Amino acid sequence: MNDHIVKSFDQDLAELDRLVAEMGGLAENLLADAFSALERRDPGLAERAIASDRTIDLLERQIQERAIVMIARRQPLANDLRHVMTVLKIASDLERIGDLAKNIAKRAMAVSGDNRPRQLINGLGHMCELAHQQLKDVLDALGTRDIAKALAVWHGDQRLDDLYNSVFRELLTYMMEDPRNIGLCTHLLFGAKNIERIGDHTTNIAENVHYLVTGTMLTDDRPKGEEAAPVLFGAAN
Amino acid sequence: MNSINLAQVAASDIVIPGLVERISVRNLDFYYGQSKALKSISLPLYANRVTAFIGPSGCGKSTLLRVMNRMYDLYPGQRAEGEVLLDGQNVLSPAMDLNLLRARVGMVFQKPTPFPMSIYDNIAFGIGLYEKLSKSEMDGRVEQALRRAALWDEVKDKLRTSGQGLSGGQQQRLCIARTVAIKPEVILLDEPCSALDPISTARIEELIEELKADYTIAIVTHNMQQASRTSDNTAFMYLGELIEFGPTEQVFTTPREKRTQDYITGRFG
Repeated sequence: MNDHIVKSFDQDLAELDRLVAEMGGLAENLLADAFSALERRDPGLAERAIASDRTIDLLERQIQERAIVMIARRQPLANDLRHVMTVLKIASDLERIGDLAKNIAKRAMAVSGDNRPRQLINGLGHMCELAHQQLKDVLDALGTRDIAKALAVWHGDQRLDDLYNSVFRELLTYMMEDPRNIGLCTHLLFGAKNIERIGDHTTNIAENVHYLVTGTMLTDDRPKGEEAAPVLFGAAN
Repeated sequence: MNSINLAQVAASDIVIPGLVERISVRNLDFYYGQSKALKSISLPLYANRVTAFIGPSGCGKSTLLRVMNRMYDLYPGQRAEGEVLLDGQNVLSPAMDLNLLRARVGMVFQKPTPFPMSIYDNIAFGIGLYEKLSKSEMDGRVEQALRRAALWDEVKDKLRTSGQGLSGGQQQRLCIARTVAIKPEVILLDEPCSALDPISTARIEELIEELKADYTIAIVTHNMQQASRTSDNTAFMYLGELIEFGPTEQVFTTPREKRTQDYITGRFG
């Protein structure tokens, strides 16, 4: 793509991209640290992960301020307008991903003294790995404006939804097997839901990458696999 | 890609069902002597819609406007080929009555051009060329035109003072009042706000919004925001060719042509 005649416009857009990339990197690390803290029952790591969310929030505010100033000063149009608007939306999704990962870190603090078997956490580990990979892929897709990769992430969320339903059932089974598992497994259930929501925000980012590059919205409803949990509760009635 | 085909495809892409084509430009070429300034332009101007013409200086957008009311006839060596149909009648035909054409297709220029006469006479002069009205009828028409141009409240107490004593923005609205007084079908605005401050510009833009209920409007502007704010359809022209023509919201968010995108985003080399 050609550069703008006004070079500082390119610099402003590049700075927006840099800030979003930084936010994305921090969100990736926060998610990884939050799960490690949960897995290793490491309250120190959980605390550091929680603290890092403040930087993500700060970056989101910086991006918002810069985007508003750019709209006021540059009045972007066409792909530039889409660029500014999608960066704003992506920053908002990354901020939510940070919050959800922080919630997992808080659960890690709450269960740090628990000594239930570690196998209970395996399912959540698989979810976290997948969510982390999806997040990494969508940030790569954003950086390289790769629609194919963004679409792969968009479709890939189904696997995370399926895994969530599987983990949900698994944790219920652990709780039914041994009531002493209920405390830990309840925390893990909330953690699983947080990861499932991270997947949804990652999907939003993929949709925005698609819009940024093509100018068209992904309108077809992505297949969702969230019905299992209500069905389980319904079956109990 | 063949530029002529490109223009034809672009024009046919935006045939909007249910709208009346007030002006249809078809395969229009225009020459300044030997120099070809417009190359096979085809596009519609819809009734009760605003069409914006954008493009770099010298791309032919003002020329296209000047063809629509045969303004070029005033200059030797300039000629047009093709068709410009106004309600189905070719305005390029030698049989076209130019006075009648210019009454039906009014034009407002970049620089306000009030006649060196009173505000009242600026309006009445044009009406008098086409209609014989009594004093009270003429008073009514002048007031109506000034109200239509959102100028009445500012000038009603000084109608007999010179039109040239008004501010730039007021002068431009006086010119618009003069144009609408003759009850044209089409109003051509050639950079009407380029010499105006933001408040006067906003008044003209508000006026355009109101006037489109009754008229077909074409506006040439270098201000991308003004084109995006005021128009329903936008034509991007470059080097005498129509590069893209489409609904304004599409042209300014997802232009089909790279040259359009490069121009409106300030990347044009």
